[in-house]
Amino acid sequence: MREITYAEAVREGLSQRMREDSDVFVLGEDIGVYGGAFGVTRGMIEEFGPERIRNTPISEAAITGAAVGAALTGMKPVLELQFSDFITIAMDQLVNQAAKVRYMYGGKGHVPMVVRTPSGSGTGAAAQHSQSLEAWVAHIPGLKVVQPSTAYDAKGLLKAAMEDPNPVIFYEHKVLYKSKSDVPEEEYTIPLGKADVKKEGTDVTIIATAIMVHKALEAAEELEKRGISVEVVDPRTLVPLDEETIIASVSKTGRVIIVHEAVKRGGFGGEIAGVIAESEAFDYLDAPIRRLGALPIPVPYNPVLEKAMIPQVEDIIKAVEETMRGA
Amino acid sequence: MAEKTLKNIEEQFEMFQILNEEGKIVNKDALPDLSDEELQELMRRMVYTRIWDQRAISLNRQGRLGFYAPVAGQEASMLGSQFSLDKEDWILPGYRDIPQMVWHGMSLHQAFLFSRGHFKGGQMAEGLNLVMPQIIIGAQIIQTAGVALGLKRRGKDNVAITYTGDGGASQGDFYEGMNFAGAYKAPAIFVVQNNYFAISVPVEEQSAAKTIAQKAVAAGINGIQVDGMDVLAVYAATKEARKNALEGTPTLIETLTYRYGPHTMAGDDPTRYRTSELDSEWEKKDPIVRFRKYLESKKLWSEEEENKVVEKAKEEIKAAIKETDEVAPQKVTDLIGNMFEELPVNLQQQMDEYKEKESK
Repeated sequence: MREITYAEAVREGLSQRMREDSDVFVLGEDIGVYGGAFGVTRGMIEEFGPERIRNTPISEAAITGAAVGAALTGMKPVLELQFSDFITIAMDQLVNQAAKVRYMYGGKGHVPMVVRTPSGSGTGAAAQHSQSLEAWVAHIPGLKVVQPSTAYDAKGLLKAAMEDPNPVIFYEHKVLYKSKSDVPEEEYTIPLGKADVKKEGTDVTIIATAIMVHKALEAAEELEKRGISVEVVDPRTLVPLDEETIIASVSKTGRVIIVHEAVKRGGFGGEIAGVIAESEAFDYLDAPIRRLGALPIPVPYNPVLEKAMIPQVEDIIKAVEETMRGA
Repeated sequence: MAEKTLKNIEEQFEMFQILNEEGKIVNKDALPDLSDEELQELMRRMVYTRIWDQRAISLNRQGRLGFYAPVAGQEASMLGSQFSLDKEDWILPGYRDIPQMVWHGMSLHQAFLFSRGHFKGGQMAEGLNLVMPQIIIGAQIIQTAGVALGLKRRGKDNVAITYTGDGGASQGDFYEGMNFAGAYKAPAIFVVQNNYFAISVPVEEQSAAKTIAQKAVAAGINGIQVDGMDVLAVYAATKEARKNALEGTPTLIETLTYRYGPHTMAGDDPTRYRTSELDSEWEKKDPIVRFRKYLESKKLWSEEEENKVVEKAKEEIKAAIKETDEVAPQKVTDLIGNMFEELPVNLQQQMDEYKEKESK
């Protein structure tokens, strides 16, 4: 199978759907000839034209609200919010509008829209262009939240997101855009709500999202050398959350570390920890649940400090070893 | 220089009127081409809506209706604009704009279910292009740009019309929605029903702009200020806006109107912020009174005719309330079931749990 990048996988998945379904269109800032801030839509305006690859004014609220409106007429908008930090500007349309439509229409309203948006730090983009705010939207009933960690997952999950009749927030990680994996050329679907065990192991479970999946895998490799067998679980979607896979893995290993890039306080890791603590897996725990997340500070511009605020491979190794000792 | 520009712009926005307070035509050239039957129908709808408003207020006080925002005073603004629409045009109303929805095809019974917060109140009939009344001030304005864009993309000869109040014109959504629709030449009409108060804050405290209509200039779309107590002017302005929308130019219509009642029935007391002098000044401009005079002068209306409408309204409202009372109360499982097309695992578990509880 050929290898392509995460950005290419998103573009390919999007383009394939657009060729099949003329109701799908993309709207966002600089997505035309510029190709999007991270080049994801590069070349698409040439194929699909300016009506389906629609450049917008800098109006995140309006991009999102217009997507809700267009979706009500039966269109299937995919909007690109240039940086996921800007979701704050679109919040009313996501939280009070898109998320509520189906419910408030007594089950008869449909807003089949996908919000694609790059998140995360690691590009030196500082406090207002580097955040991981997925817990904000995961809190809202009516929204689905996806966080692919590989090119393969990105393509399959994006298809599921585009076919979902409910609004889906699709977080792409900026640093992962250039990462490569084997991706089939044909379309395929990864259902929302199915976690993926990225590596099997027996001693400890690491539940990691987005870029932290890769850091966890790196840590697992090192820990393997030290005689610790690590299982790495990637939930892939936060809403719906595959609780079953998480609970099964923790029940098996008896130890768990949850790692995300978002600020630890109020982060989605707390929800995962809660799910475990409320489940039968609790009885299998040989050590307290550990969470790793960013420090509660804005993302620094300085690259050394930027790295220092979020969990690194060494932090994960240390946490695993402490958890093993605490058993 | 800059001062002159502003003054020049403001001078362009004079109130458009066809029928004055005495029911006399003051702008013959602009008189819309409406048949006698259509004129009578407009009157019937306004009278009917006034009765419905009175009934809804008292039903709310009796605890038989829930959320209700009174409409008396705004009938011409609401119904004149709706009357110019095609059956398949889209309406994106604010919370007060239930009359437009009903005259566009929604049943009274459903309006009452909505008022009671029943989920069936939100279930729009197939082919009825109505969006649920917006509660977040202004949010419908940008959605209108999106609906209009969708209609354009699908090659429909239809427009999207949205309603808000003067308060809505202070939201960012208002500017963004107009700008979006203008940039995309989307078939949209934005109606601001300026009833002079955003709950309690008077319009002159909300903006330095002399008119709301002039705000269209910044978005590069058409703008017009209309006498919102004059049903013919509102109809004519909206009809023209509709034509222009289909040709790619959206319009902002500011209707000057007044709500006689409180903001909503949830505890607002307008005497705290409005004087009785102001109230009576506006009652002199009443849309029904002046239109009645006009129709009577044309021998198109009589007391008998009016009484018939009043009786019909009362009967239909009574029947609709009865029908509403007969709807089964909603259950927790209904609400869970309305969340997603397919229930995720955790919601399915809750559903099963509640199904069992409800079966006991």
